[in-house]
Parts: sequence; C-alpha cells; structure tokens
Amino acid sequence: MKYLMSGNEAVARALYEAGVTFASAYPGTPSTEILESLVPYHEDMYVEWAPNEKVALEAAVGASMAGFRAVAAMKHVGLNVAADPLMTVSYTGVNGGLVIVSADDPGMHSSQNEQDNRLYARLAKIPCVEISGAREAAAAIKEAYQISESFDTPVLFRMTTRVCHSKELVEEGERVAFDPITYEKHPTKFIAAPANARKRRPLVEERVQKLVAYSETSALNTIEDNGASVGVIASGVSVHYAKEVFDEKANYLTIGLTYPLPMEKIRSFVQSVETCYVIEELEPFIEEQIRLAGIDVIGKEKIPTMGELNVDILREALFGETPTYQQAPEEFLVARPPILCSGCPHRGFFYEAKKFRDMIVTGDIGCYTLGATPPLQVSDSVVCMGASISMAHGVYASMAKNGEKKRVMAVIGDSTFLHSGMTSLLNSVYNKTPTINVILDNRITAMTGHQENPGTGYNILGEPAAEVDFEKVVRALGIEKVLTINPLKLGSVREAIKECLAFDEGPSVIITRWPCALKRYSDQDHQEFNLRLPKSQVIEDLCRGCRNCVRTGCPSIRFNKETKKASVDEITCVGCGVCRESCPFDAIVEGELR
Amino acid sequence: MTKSILFAGVGGQGILLSSKLLTAALIASGYDVKMSEVHGMAQRGGSVTTQVRFGEKVHSPIIGKGDADVLVAFEPMEAARWLDHLKPGGRIILNTGKIPSSVILSGDKDYPEGIEEYLAEHTDLLSIDAQAMAVELGNAKAMNVILLGALAKSLALEDVDWTALIRSEVRPAFYELNEKAFQMGFDL
Ligand SMILES: Cc1ncc(C[n+]2csc(CCOP(=O)(O)OP(=O)(O)O)c2C)c(N)n1
Repeated sequence: MKYLMSGNEAVARALYEAGVTFASAYPGTPSTEILESLVPYHEDMYVEWAPNEKVALEAAVGASMAGFRAVAAMKHVGLNVAADPLMTVSYTGVNGGLVIVSADDPGMHSSQNEQDNRLYARLAKIPCVEISGAREAAAAIKEAYQISESFDTPVLFRMTTRVCHSKELVEEGERVAFDPITYEKHPTKFIAAPANARKRRPLVEERVQKLVAYSETSALNTIEDNGASVGVIASGVSVHYAKEVFDEKANYLTIGLTYPLPMEKIRSFVQSVETCYVIEELEPFIEEQIRLAGIDVIGKEKIPTMGELNVDILREALFGETPTYQQAPEEFLVARPPILCSGCPHRGFFYEAKKFRDMIVTGDIGCYTLGATPPLQVSDSVVCMGASISMAHGVYASMAKNGEKKRVMAVIGDSTFLHSGMTSLLNSVYNKTPTINVILDNRITAMTGHQENPGTGYNILGEPAAEVDFEKVVRALGIEKVLTINPLKLGSVREAIKECLAFDEGPSVIITRWPCALKRYSDQDHQEFNLRLPKSQVIEDLCRGCRNCVRTGCPSIRFNKETKKASVDEITCVGCGVCRESCPFDAIVEGELR
Repeated sequence: MTKSILFAGVGGQGILLSSKLLTAALIASGYDVKMSEVHGMAQRGGSVTTQVRFGEKVHSPIIGKGDADVLVAFEPMEAARWLDHLKPGGRIILNTGKIPSSVILSGDKDYPEGIEEYLAEHTDLLSIDAQAMAVELGNAKAMNVILLGALAKSLALEDVDWTALIRSEVRPAFYELNEKAFQMGFDL
C-alpha cells in the first residue's frame, strides 16, 4: 500500500522497518515528528524524549554498544549540543548500527541560524546520507544501517525543512527484525582514552578510504542519463528544483551519499557533458570537494549560499529568467507577526516585568521568545537554548567588576531549563551573582507542538513518568530564594520581582506555573489548576481608552480608534484575566465561564 | 502539466484539513501529488500556507512566484500577501471574513480597505462569505470545508467520492456538518 507521508513520517516508518530497537530525541522543528511518528510502533521498539540532544545521542550510542540498531534525531542546532559524543563515537565506532538524523533549516523557517550540518560529517569523518524526499527514505535509512555496521561507523542522515515537511506517496514495507549483537567487553574500542584513541585514529582514516570506494558503487548515488549535453549534480530537495528547471534537457547525478563523494563517478559524469552544474542548498559542500579534485563545475558563483533554493531562484541564477507575476499594492500587506496566544501564561509575566525598566533581561528559546517582540519587548537577547541564565551571569559579573551594579534577569522555559539551563544556574550559584532567574513553567514544551518533558509528569507515550520538582532542583543546586507564583496574577509577579531585587546574596529563582492555553490538559492539570475561568468583558462606559489592556498584546483584545474603547472577543478569550488586572478603571469584568 | 494550489490563511483556520482532503482526492484521481506545510513559529497566530502540486509527475514540492493555478485564501489580507504566487489572472477562492493582525487589533494600523475590489479587478475571483455560511450551518469551523467544496468544483475533479474522503478525516459527530458544508461550497 502507498500512503501520503511527510519526510519525517517516512523516515520514522523506515526506522521501524529497518529493525531499529532504540530511538531517542529532543524535539526541534523541523525534526520533531520523526519521534512522534514512531510512537505507534512502541511495542516493537523503545521510543523516548530525552532532555537534550547530547543525552539523546549518548543514549543511542549506548544502545548501539549494547548491540542494537539505534537512532538519535534532532534539529541542526541540536547537533551542536550533541557534537561532543559525535566526534568521539566516530573513533569508537558502533556495534549495532547507529544513525544520527540532523534536520537542517535552510531559510530559518523556525531556527536561529542556518548552519549546514553536512560539514559535521567531514569534521567527524563519518558518512553523510541525504534524501530528496519521503519516497527515498526507506531505501536510504536501510542502506545507512548497512553502512554503519559494515564500516563500523555512525552515519549522519541529513534532512532539510522541505524534505521533512513535504508529503508524497510512499510505499510501506515490512519490519525486518535486527538480530542484536551479543554484548562483549571491547575496551580498546569503546574506552576512548588517549592510548586507545590514538590506535583508533588511523582506523578512522582507513574507514574514509574504504567509504570512498563504496561510494563509487553505492546505490545512493544515481545517474539519470537523458543523452543531454548539460549535467546536473545535486543533492537533497535541490534535485527536484533542478528537474523542474531542466526536465529532460539535462543528465542528473543525484548524490545520496554526500560524504565521502564518489569522485571517479563524478569525474566521468562531468566529462560526459559539456556544462555541469552543482546544485545544492547552503554551503558549497559537494562543489568544493569536486573542485579540490581538479574538476571544473559551475556552482556557487551563480547559486546563492544563503537561504533556501527554489525553482525561481535557480532560473534567475542560471539563466537570468524571472517569472511573471502580479503583486498586491504595498498598503494591503500589513504584517502578521506571530504573537503569544490568547490566555498564554507567559503574557502576564512579561506585562508586569516590563515595568521594571532598569534591568537587563536575557531571553531564551521557546514561545516566550515572543516576550522580546512588541508590545512586550522585555528580553534583550536570544542566542541558544540555556544561554539566558549563563548570559545573565556574564552580564552581571562583568558589569559589577566595572563598578556597575545593574540588575539582570534571565527568562527561560521549563523544557529549555531542563535541556541546558541547570548547569548555567549552577554557575550563577557557584560564582555567586545575584541574577534573577525566571523559569516560565507552562507545563509543556509548547513551541515545537506540545511535547512532554521531564517536568510534565508524562513520557512520549503519554504514560505517567517521574516529574521534576523545579523548586527542589534549584534548591539542590544551591538557590536559597525560590518563589513559585501564578503568572496570571499580576500582583504576585510584581511582588516576586521586587522581593528578588531586594535579595542580593546570590541568584534567585522565580517559577511561574500555569499550563499553556493550547495544551491538552492532563488529569493532574485539572486537579492542580482551575481551568474553567470566566471570560473577560469590557463595560464600555467604564473604558477610558487608556490601552493598558492592549499593551498586554492579547489577540482577543481589540481597540477601536474611533470610539477609543477596547473590547474582548468572546470566542477566543480563554479567561486568563490578565486584561482585567491590567485595567486601572475596573472596566473589564468577569463574564461567562469558559 | 503540473498544477499548483496554494492555501493561505492564519494559524488555526483549518487550512490543513482542506489541503489534506484535496490531496486525498487528487491521489484517488490517480495523480502524483506533493504537499508541503510550514510548521513552527507560523502557528502562533502568524500567516500560514500549505502548497499542493499535482500532475503526471511532480518534481518541486513548493510553488514559485506566478505559479499557482488557484489560490485558496482563507483571509483577504493573506490573499493579498500571496497574490505574487498566483498565475497572472489566476483563480482566487476567497473567504471574505477578516482576521485583523496584532498591529491592527492594537489600533496601530488599520485593516486595509479595498482588497476584495482589487482582487476582483485583477484576478478570477470567487468571493465567499464562508464564515457566515458556516455559522449558519451551526459551526464556524466548517468554513474550511465550504472553501474546499468551491475548490473541488473549480478543479472539476469528477470521479471523487468526497463523502468517503470527508468521513475518513473527521469524527462521526461532524460527518453531516462537513458534508453539508462541502455541498454548500460546491453549489456556489
Ligand atoms: C538545541 C536546540 N534544540 C531544540 C530547539 C528547538 N526548540 C525551540 S524552542 C523549544 C522548546 C521550548 O520549550 P519551553 O522551554 O518549555 O518553552 P515554551 O515554548 O513551552 O514556552 C525547542 C525544543 C532549539 N532551538 N535548540
């Protein structure tokens, strides 16, 4: 049977069919649905969310060492977090096959950078497999495990947003169970201490040479000969863009194994045509290797190294052709930026925090990144997961050394704190900076589509799991001042910030605890929180048009410029009550229960 | 020839269901189909699109400028935003219900006037007050299936069992609502 599947769904199915036993991941767009799509197969395989990508990869390395086929999946920046085990598992090699899925995000649809992770394959000297779409997933994943086991190497499986999230018809196959390799101690292989690592080092180089030979004949690299005088060498989704541009007027060498390259195959392909283009997104990864081998091709001197490619960009870059299209007048194109949802518990916190103007606020990654955008505009920075707390420490310590006693606050989400905020907080405790560290605990990993995490009390299968007690964790790290508050109550937000400002003997922590308005509430949520809240209503006569409620940035509030009155949309209002509290004239009151 | 349908709207409007049902219908009609979605930040009240391309053999999963045969716009401002992806003079199926964005809600900007009139002049526009029609049917959410009905008619996909497709995607309690909504759009 054929089914319509996204690249992520197809990769998940392929992992199942390939007999994989162990799968671990930390969510991250565009990779998240890979693990989510493995859940239906949980009787045959072990599936988990890990607290971060390093943990996920190390766990997968363990499963491989134990003799099972394993996978760790992550978004591109996740591989930075997991780079430490990656670089050394290249030396140790594997027992059961090990595949690391990296989902890159050219164009930065939902990421803070657009690094090309194929470069990691070269850095770690491990093979890199790429697919152009869902249809190729099954064959490519199965081949990746073959490579991993035959060459004793982890394999980087690189996807991109368009491959992850584009759907096409995919043929399903059967699962072929993988016979686990009986575990035996193998110290010179798996103990990467210097003496052993030095012995493994030449094996890594030999392996690359063997992989080069394999690459020449690998079914992952395919030629489509249309008898044309133009040649196209392409990888990933660029293959499809190229085929749309050239159709049958080009011969194609599709590279599915982008590291190491089949250089002889490439050489004879290039020789067989008059003009040869290399078409790849982001870095000239394939192109540079080809040029190093002394082969002349056309590539990044024409094709952009930034952003996604598409058919229009290729046509313009290669032939100077631009499409004809119409454009609406500028005045129709009013921006529609993403905003915190109606009833988002982050809103109350940011609305109140904004009033403490003389603070530097370091932000982090999640829905609450929107606390940096209008009208809230509280956070001053976003770099990478966990950085809020460590940056706040650095800001404070350096300024203090310079004689400036500026107060600094870090804001971080629950999932992000557990991902990489804990060691940062330990640094602030250990080196004693009186930073205010706010854990915005909305009881879920919201930004990436509501995944459970170690703080929510459930695992990826929805089964009850051990639940982190944030207050206990931060106390154990050495935090003395910890306040847990309801962020919908603006007064308690204000008091908590004041209390922490008055405390300067070390870092303090505020935990705001209220579930995400879009979360599917658990029984526990219903027990802990009163979620049937009264919706808000504006009494027009009392509204003086001060716009305080508008400044909460709630999409359920509308301001009429003519009448100078605010109103609340009763359909979308969740009843969080933040607008009621923001109103100095008591013009917003409780209405019907939600 | 590959045909392209672009769905554009605002997070939460049910774009995904419409494009999924269309894709299922195209598959049932024997076409090669590719469908592409945008995830992530876009869902937090931002502008969202899904793209469907079909034909004998489809290559690129995404639609270029001036490439879409039909733009199904769930919101007028989004129709304007994505107009550059429509073939010059191409078909727009427009839900006329407006969703002001945050800068409009706050009173900082006004909702632009005259979008519908502009589109009527420059494209092959079918305007539908699908929101109001759906409310009449008893559920504002059925708006997406009304628009799908209108699209199905435009595409003249004859041998598709839409009822069966709808039933495969929605819960039994919503069969009747969605079947009526589809017919309403189809009969326009
Ligand atoms: C290293 C890394 N891994 C994953 C991501 C993807 N990502 C962005 S935000 C986020 C989740 C944030 O969840 P949480 O901290 O609970 O905040 P919320 O969105 O719920 O407010 C994830 C996983 C990332 N940006 N960087």
